Amino acid sequence: MNRRLLRKLTNLVALALSGLATAVGLFFLGAILWTLLSRGLAGMSWALFTAMTPPPGGSGGLLNAIYGSVVMTVIGLLIGGPVGMLAGTYLAEYGRTSPVSAVIRFVNDVLLSAPSIIVGLFVYQLLVIRMGHFSAIAGAVALGIIAIPVTVRTTEDMLNLVPQGMKDASTAMGAYPWRTITSVIYPAARSGIVTGLLLAVARISGETAPLLFTALNNQFWSTNLNAPMANLPVVIFQFALSPYPNWQQLAWSGALLITLSILILSITARVVVSRLGPGGGGR
Amino acid sequence: MNTAAAIDPRHAAGQRLRERLFRAATWVAAFLVLILLGGVAASLVHGAWPALAHFRLHFLTSEVWNPVTDQYGALAAVYGTVVTSIIALAIAIPVSFGIAIFLTELAPAWMKRPVGIAVELLAAVPSIIYGIWGLFVLAPVLQRHVQPWLIDTLGPLPLVGKLFQGPPFGIGILTAGIVLAIMVVPFISAVTRDVFETVPDVLKESGYGLGATTWEVIWQVVVPYARTGMIGGIMLGLGRALGETMAVTFVIGNAHRIGSSLLAPGTTISAAIANEFTEAVGDLYTSSLIALGALLFLITFTVIAAARFMLLRLERRALSSV
Repeated sequence: MNRRLLRKLTNLVALALSGLATAVGLFFLGAILWTLLSRGLAGMSWALFTAMTPPPGGSGGLLNAIYGSVVMTVIGLLIGGPVGMLAGTYLAEYGRTSPVSAVIRFVNDVLLSAPSIIVGLFVYQLLVIRMGHFSAIAGAVALGIIAIPVTVRTTEDMLNLVPQGMKDASTAMGAYPWRTITSVIYPAARSGIVTGLLLAVARISGETAPLLFTALNNQFWSTNLNAPMANLPVVIFQFALSPYPNWQQLAWSGALLITLSILILSITARVVVSRLGPGGGGR
Repeated sequence: MNTAAAIDPRHAAGQRLRERLFRAATWVAAFLVLILLGGVAASLVHGAWPALAHFRLHFLTSEVWNPVTDQYGALAAVYGTVVTSIIALAIAIPVSFGIAIFLTELAPAWMKRPVGIAVELLAAVPSIIYGIWGLFVLAPVLQRHVQPWLIDTLGPLPLVGKLFQGPPFGIGILTAGIVLAIMVVPFISAVTRDVFETVPDVLKESGYGLGATTWEVIWQVVVPYARTGMIGGIMLGLGRALGETMAVTFVIGNAHRIGSSLLAPGTTISAAIANEFTEAVGDLYTSSLIALGALLFLITFTVIAAARFMLLRLERRALSSV
């Protein structure tokens, strides 16, 4: 009887602890969002989107940083997206069973979790040293490299969801594989692939470490891709660690801006995926 | 194919050409992934070479990091990297385990998805946000409330006491470890939840059929079945913690020294690179920082590769049992 009580008690304690663990996890998500909202909203104004980053003590906004982040993220996606999609296509279709694909999948998974600062060092040596100066294009390349493994992975997964029957039907009509892929498989997996690209954007738009020594930062408005360019993450980094209250306030507002955009992107991506349903390829 | 050729040979030739081009394009892109890894490794070794040739093994065994005298040793940074990651895992493993149990065995169906998504959203928050939050919110709380208590209660103890002595800085090794723990919990719990879900219901039901409690089924049936996957998930979290840059840079204090106290400021490999790289003057300084990067790459590559290998084996087992 005593033993039974002990077992029941152990069970109760263990399950209560697991509930507590979940509560702790959710608490920190709530705490971080709450801090961001309460501190970030205080600095929300039109000036944030219309003015440049100010000198210490002056008033200003984040326009040049927002512009730089958007530009570098878009170029990064233009580099990483197509490469990732084509590589994912190879893994899912042409090389589905080849041993080389197994190696590529493995390497891709390693790259997926590799520290992003390493990519920054790589691009620094590849581009910044050769060009002789920091530049927006180097930052975009670094982001593109980070986007590749994400896109490869999601593209392969999404192409694998397309029913074999559809591929067979296309092949039976005499279509070459490229025709089947571009006219049947891609349209069928479209929303899945778009989701993968959204996730890639969510991933790279918050990256700071690889931009520190590629794009660097810029106090001023610059559209020159061959020169250092301001970007939200690095501005947040520098302003948050500065002793000036107006800079710190801008850092919080920037942090709120970037987190909200990333959360919205991730949630959108999830909604798209759940619409797909199991086994379906979308319409 | 033959009929198409019979109808219009030029059309068929054009199709074959496009097929070849498209196929080549996908092949090149796929190989680019391999080249990328090779390129990263090669460029790191190339950049690190001057420092490694100059300091040889001393680079790994020396704690001194002095830009003024041009002496660089990686030991303090490696120590900080390893210790912060150990603290992070010590906190994150039990919490993630609890979350995975809650999500697979306890939560009512309507709660599973939203809670699961909320935990996963924690993983999507960029690391710089954790850094700024850790510096402005977590560090003051630790400095005022937690660290004085640690110093008073654990400080006088023999052996472990040394870890909790000195002034409460707020920032330091312990704070960095806690921030890292918050960051890796979503990763480990997501993987653990997924491997828990691969446990066949029949196994669990036979446990319940024998009169086992929920906890006994989890501990004696689910965990042994899911062990490899759990370790894979933990190592994935470890890889993340070892390489994390921005969150740590904010709260670690950036001091190249090995203090006996966990409350003291320290540094990690990635924090040192992030802090010093753009300001490094002199080839030896830059090269030493790249050498640190190469070291980090080697460590994380080993950990991540081992994790992926374990998860891969698990996937095969799951496929073969279907």
